[in-house]
Amino acid sequence: MSAERFPVEAGNVLAFARAIGDDNPVYRDPEYAAASEVAGLIAPPTFTIASAQWDPDYPLRPKPGQPWYGSGASTGTMPAGGGGLHAEQHFTYHRPVRVGDVLSASTRPGSTWEKTGRSGRLVFNERITEFRDASGDLVVTARSVGVQRQPLAEGNS
Amino acid sequence: MMLKAADVAVGDQHAAVVANDLSRTQIVQYAGASGDYNPLHTDEPFAREVAGYPGVFAHGMLTMGLTGRMLTDWVGDGRLLEFGVRFTAQVWPGDTLTATGTIREIAERDGVPVAVIDLVTTNARGEAVVTGTATARLDA
Repeated sequence: MSAERFPVEAGNVLAFARAIGDDNPVYRDPEYAAASEVAGLIAPPTFTIASAQWDPDYPLRPKPGQPWYGSGASTGTMPAGGGGLHAEQHFTYHRPVRVGDVLSASTRPGSTWEKTGRSGRLVFNERITEFRDASGDLVVTARSVGVQRQPLAEGNS
Repeated sequence: MMLKAADVAVGDQHAAVVANDLSRTQIVQYAGASGDYNPLHTDEPFAREVAGYPGVFAHGMLTMGLTGRMLTDWVGDGRLLEFGVRFTAQVWPGDTLTATGTIREIAERDGVPVAVIDLVTTNARGEAVVTGTATARLDA
């Protein structure tokens, strides 16, 4: 997930907090937040995942003029390499993410490993994303592990 | 709420019901807010007939976000240093989830007291859907 510019906006933080059922006023009430320990509106700890909104190439969003693989008149089709699942997510916080921050998100690949189970081969892929503020200081480091199931090859191999 | 080092001990627990009869609408709400419109989570015909699941299921990150709510309600705002989870089972519409944190260790990091917290979020069948750990700054 990469985004040159990821503005942390009050409306997106409000919608995100609502989606996780979190009514904490520190995510929506500027007066409450200003008087609180964090001295201003902040974002929930998993909010940086919403940088997907600012990633021009993010694949899990329909884009104007491009076919979408989900259902419409038909049930849709699984794209090549699709159907992967999220196995792990880890965040390291260098400071809270604040409404008004303009972050950048830069992702690099991490390790890749495999496990073989009864149902097939599981391939794990790690990606590390650094979120930096306008001064270039690290705000959040995110480590994500995705898993893709691959059927066992026919016969002995 | 802020936790003071003197007021907490290894083994202390905090639990909260973070989803009660999880709705498909909340999953869609999370898709919109996060930007993750993966049809596995938002599109019943696709999830069933193309991907072969019983139906749509929640984003792992929704469950992590729900778990984070228990955590920040407990340790206070802006106090997390680390928060990491594994997604161990799928979360389905209709699930009721309870997130529990248990203090594993009280330590000091760069001269600041911290709590290392084990996390587990379970469904009504008692299965863990998320396990993990968090580290939170405490007041001295």
